[in-house]
Amino acid sequence: MSAGGVAFRFGYGLPLAAGAPTTADAVLAALAGPDEMAARFAIPSFAWQHARSSEIARSKKVAETDPSLAARITELDKDLDQAGFRALRATIARAVDAKDSFRERLMAFWADHFTVSSGGREQALTPATFAEDALRPHLAGRFGDMLSAVVHHPGMLIYLDQARSVGPNSPRAKRRGGGLNENLARELLELHTMGVDAAYRQSDVRQLAELLTGLTYDARRGSAFNAGFVEPGPEEILGQVYDGKGEAPIKAFLTDLAVHPATARHIARKLAVHFISDSPDQGMIEAMARAWLETDGALSAVYAAMLRHPAAFAGPAVKARQPWDFLIAALRGLGVTGAQVMDWPRERLVAVAILPLRAMGQAWKSPAGPDGWPEDIESWITPQGLAERIGWAMRWPEILGALPDPTRLAQTALGERASAATLWAVARAETRAEGVGIVFASPEFNRR
Amino acid sequence: MLNRRNLLRGLGAFGCSAAAHPLLTTVTLAGSTGSALGDNRLVVIILRGAMDGLDVLRPLGDRDFAAYRPTLSAAESHDLDGFYAMHAGLSGLLPLWSAGELAFVQATSTPYRTKRSHFDGQDLLEAGTGPDLPISQVRDGWLNRLLQAVPGLTAETAFAIGRQDMRILRGPAPVLEWAPETAVDLSPQAQLLLEQVYHDDPLFQAAAAEALMLGGDGAADMADMAEMDPAKVLRLARRGEAGRLADFAAQKLRDNTRIAAFSLTGWDTHKGQANRLGQSLRQLEQAILRLKSGLGAAIWGKTTVMAMTEFGRTVAENGTGGTDHGTGGAMLLAGGALRGGKVYGVWPGLAEAALFERRDLMPTSDVRAWAAHAMRGLYGFDRGLLQDTVFPGLEMGDDPGLIL
Repeated sequence: MSAGGVAFRFGYGLPLAAGAPTTADAVLAALAGPDEMAARFAIPSFAWQHARSSEIARSKKVAETDPSLAARITELDKDLDQAGFRALRATIARAVDAKDSFRERLMAFWADHFTVSSGGREQALTPATFAEDALRPHLAGRFGDMLSAVVHHPGMLIYLDQARSVGPNSPRAKRRGGGLNENLARELLELHTMGVDAAYRQSDVRQLAELLTGLTYDARRGSAFNAGFVEPGPEEILGQVYDGKGEAPIKAFLTDLAVHPATARHIARKLAVHFISDSPDQGMIEAMARAWLETDGALSAVYAAMLRHPAAFAGPAVKARQPWDFLIAALRGLGVTGAQVMDWPRERLVAVAILPLRAMGQAWKSPAGPDGWPEDIESWITPQGLAERIGWAMRWPEILGALPDPTRLAQTALGERASAATLWAVARAETRAEGVGIVFASPEFNRR
Repeated sequence: MLNRRNLLRGLGAFGCSAAAHPLLTTVTLAGSTGSALGDNRLVVIILRGAMDGLDVLRPLGDRDFAAYRPTLSAAESHDLDGFYAMHAGLSGLLPLWSAGELAFVQATSTPYRTKRSHFDGQDLLEAGTGPDLPISQVRDGWLNRLLQAVPGLTAETAFAIGRQDMRILRGPAPVLEWAPETAVDLSPQAQLLLEQVYHDDPLFQAAAAEALMLGGDGAADMADMAEMDPAKVLRLARRGEAGRLADFAAQKLRDNTRIAAFSLTGWDTHKGQANRLGQSLRQLEQAILRLKSGLGAAIWGKTTVMAMTEFGRTVAENGTGGTDHGTGGAMLLAGGALRGGKVYGVWPGLAEAALFERRDLMPTSDVRAWAAHAMRGLYGFDRGLLQDTVFPGLEMGDDPGLIL
């Protein structure tokens, strides 16, 4: 284990912030400590967003005759729009400044695992408020609590179409029509918990869709459990019968699902794939899954089993830094601070982060489907993806501030990973900007 | 500051001669001809998200149809043959239908039957394998296995276009891969230095060599965009993706490329399908019309476009004005090389007993068989190769005569 190993595999790279943990135990201890970055760079909750969007929804009709309300709507729209961009700035700022980068890496992992997409709108706030409410408080908590928060959050209910799913024999369907939507039920089993290879069937998906009826969101009334949407009668899922009034059967099912052996194994493997290798060590996965089942899904125990396993720091750097990791690591390498990022005007944010991330293949909060971003290095180090990384590396450091000395940067940002070829090339660059660009374009900077 | 001579001396000291430069290898490739496949062109479009074949090609002649889809079946459409009607979102393709340059296959699917997962479904569609092989064990795609059998193949014979991973072309046979908006602007020296930096990392070496070869190719310049209003830049970056992919494909196909593949997203219409599907179909329509205009009449006459999706959607409308994941679906074919103006495939009917698991359209053919017959018609591949290697385990059946 080395500082570089911790920084590349479980953080955003070198140089480490002053006081950053450099051992597995220190990383785990920092994660158990206070969440300094969330306090310093705030991201609003969905409740904040809802207060504004619901006021807009309520006022729309009246605004046709009342010009003062129209101005108020414009103001609220602007608030929401700006908050979306601010949330992206804050996410960058946290990652750039964090001493416990592992927390920010975990946030990115879980936000991808429980993908809620912005639909390609960079300012769209929901994916950020969703992650802040449903994921951030549970990063080192119990998976079951995170799962429950996810399944109840309007962001997920809207994204996977649960909000409008109605039991075919519910009071609401009898009165006004409507019916089931299977989308969340299917992804809940396939992506969020057991994994597609687990032993569940179409009938389980269907029954689960019936069980989830009642979970809804309405822009005017907010998130609620609507008993009128509920399909009457018990549901049988994975051989268990769930019955009862209100949300109790949903809670009972999620509690079982969170500690199902298939869930433990699927997510243990996914963590190991994300942090270490596309073909992770089987012993590590088993240790993580065991920790999961022994602690009823205490995520800190699962991370500890991963970080303390010998495979955690063994083997070559076979993963790619995804474009987001690349951007953050480069900003850190350049010494850009979170405070500076928060002061970026929108044009700068678009030019430095939003457009390049899109061009590198990872548009902010906009993966193509609910399965999130790919993990394998071949999906990221493509001709166009690498070309965009090279382009960013050569162009932006110079514009972002005083260029570091390239040779020194090679040492601070690559550490012992700097290859002879990179050190050789950096020393021969024609300009300081190209030397810096070569460091950030090098294979060792783009692998982790 | 180094000058060029010093640089070359440096390279020599590093133990690498100009002849071994990766860049020179790729330049050689680009200069050779890519006509190993003859003159015909094939474009494969993967429609990710499961296109609702029953809404795109509506069986209005089936008396059970309207009852399953009270709102969707009533939306505007264009009658094709008295039984099927085409979604209004493709109305711009009606002239192609009249000219015999547009066809559909109804009630077709891959062999995927188990979980109705988009991601496994797409993987199987692109791998082209059957249910007997675990999909996680298949590394290459069926277009790549086809290319592996082409003598005198060069990398530019086949092109994967866009930023989405195209598993269908992955594998040992060389193919090129590019997204049309990408620009590379490097000083000659930075380029040479980077070649050294990437020299011992094959993945980076190959990606960079291809990027440097393709980068100057009339790509949009991000530096210009940086001067523009950011909102406008974002709109430009989002809109017209299908048209840009098609334009780039046409440009390459006019040259030495014979096979191109890209994907379009936006088909997972769980709710509000009346609106959403129309938008996605306009993208598909734009891609086909831009291919046709970009290729010109002579090459369009030698071209077949196949648009395929991972599976179809439920026969019945769901509770939210959409449809959920199903099984049998539709495939769209276009091009001047096609015997079009026709709906291919056997209609299974919609009586409850005729449905797959009493909810989905029953597939009456294998998507792979249509692709295999198209490739045989275009390039004359041997039936055995198609059934054993490209699509292992496939029974192609009788030639439906897709290709003129």
